[in-house]
Amino acid sequence: MIKIDELKKNYGKLEVLKGISTEISQGEVVAIIGPSGSGKSTFLRCINMLENPSDGKISFKDQVITDKKTNIMKVRENVGMVFQHFHLFPHKTVLENLTYAPMKVKRLSKAEAVRQARELLAKVGLADKESSYPNRLSGGQKQRVAIARALAMNPEVMLFDEPTSALDPEMVKEVLEVMKSLAHTGMTMLIVTHEMGFAKEVADRVLFLDEGLLIEESAPDEFFSNPKSQRAKDFLEKVL
Amino acid sequence: MNLEFDRIMPSLPYIMEGIPTTLKVVAVAAVIGFVLGILLSILKISRIKPLNWIADFYTSIFRGTPLVLQLMLIYFGSPQILGIQIEAFQAAFLAFGLNSAAYISEIIRGGILAVDKGQREAALALGVPYSGMMLNIILPQAIKNILPSLVNELISLTKESAVVTIIGLGDIMRRSYIVGGETYKFFEPILFAGLIYYVMVMILTILGKVIERRMRRSD
Repeated sequence: MIKIDELKKNYGKLEVLKGISTEISQGEVVAIIGPSGSGKSTFLRCINMLENPSDGKISFKDQVITDKKTNIMKVRENVGMVFQHFHLFPHKTVLENLTYAPMKVKRLSKAEAVRQARELLAKVGLADKESSYPNRLSGGQKQRVAIARALAMNPEVMLFDEPTSALDPEMVKEVLEVMKSLAHTGMTMLIVTHEMGFAKEVADRVLFLDEGLLIEESAPDEFFSNPKSQRAKDFLEKVL
Repeated sequence: MNLEFDRIMPSLPYIMEGIPTTLKVVAVAAVIGFVLGILLSILKISRIKPLNWIADFYTSIFRGTPLVLQLMLIYFGSPQILGIQIEAFQAAFLAFGLNSAAYISEIIRGGILAVDKGQREAALALGVPYSGMMLNIILPQAIKNILPSLVNELISLTKESAVVTIIGLGDIMRRSYIVGGETYKFFEPILFAGLIYYVMVMILTILGKVIERRMRRSD
């Protein structure tokens, strides 16, 4: 579904991604892990072109999105993204956060957008918060709204950029639960995370990045019990 | 100090008839200034360098010369620039509108830059086009933060509008000056004009606070 070929990204002289190639198939849940500064967030942000790759090719369902002629806005409609710091629209209520893009971008009628938004809010367990403003919500609630907001566009892929890293420990679980049930629906998911337990339990595959390179790519059981590379061994020793 | 308000009493209604003139100039100029100010601020944050230059040059001209000079250039210069003599009202709308756009564009630019850049990314990631992102996501948040500065600008505009006197518009200031000339008493009518300006500014201040409170609903 997504094909990444020799993806490179530099900021001036700093090489953040040094040529990463991989493929993600439909319905796959992929955890991207690695030490900080390894380029995992940049890698994820290249997939919906929030970062402009310096070199390499990314295709999404046979469409080369790194091609300048591709309408990236159209691609983004199908690629949901959840950020570490939520980025909910603070001047809109929870319901408006969910209905805004479907109405604006997909030209859904208000009634249809609201109906769909309420359904999603019920799914993430926040049906009673639809008229609250984001500032009234806890971190965990904000992130669940952010997930619902991305899902409101009916994306085919969801990108998660450290979705639980900004949360208080007691709120991590509620967000992971929502993501877990999303994985069970067959959604294709790419998750940059530090939650090793979650990666082990939910992911179909683990990508281990270090210093801008894809060092290891394997099934979670294999990766966590028997990492091949020394760098992965060192990393796991520190975090587990 | 002997104040003789009874001598100018019959002329007070005449001075007050200048209020609509002042309000008209302020209202039209504020609308021109706000709309043009938003456009200029968007040019200023654009990644296309020549657009930055155009907007910066515009601002430097209107901030770099006195307002009263701009007003006179537009009014007295119109026959040479446009081939026709424009009305005093039109000259006032233009001069105040164009001038205030320069200041407002700087205020709005600051407001836009102060909005968390995650907001832009969140909108882009949802496939929202640039225009929608600006109008529905970034500007509403920017304007909420810069509202006190915008009210400030409106207040200066209200007071500065008194310079239309020099191109012969019958605003509050000019009328009070005329009354002074007729009665040989300048202190009282001008003091009265001051009171009118003060009350108008107070009303604007209160309106600004009400709007600010309404916009803070989401906090």
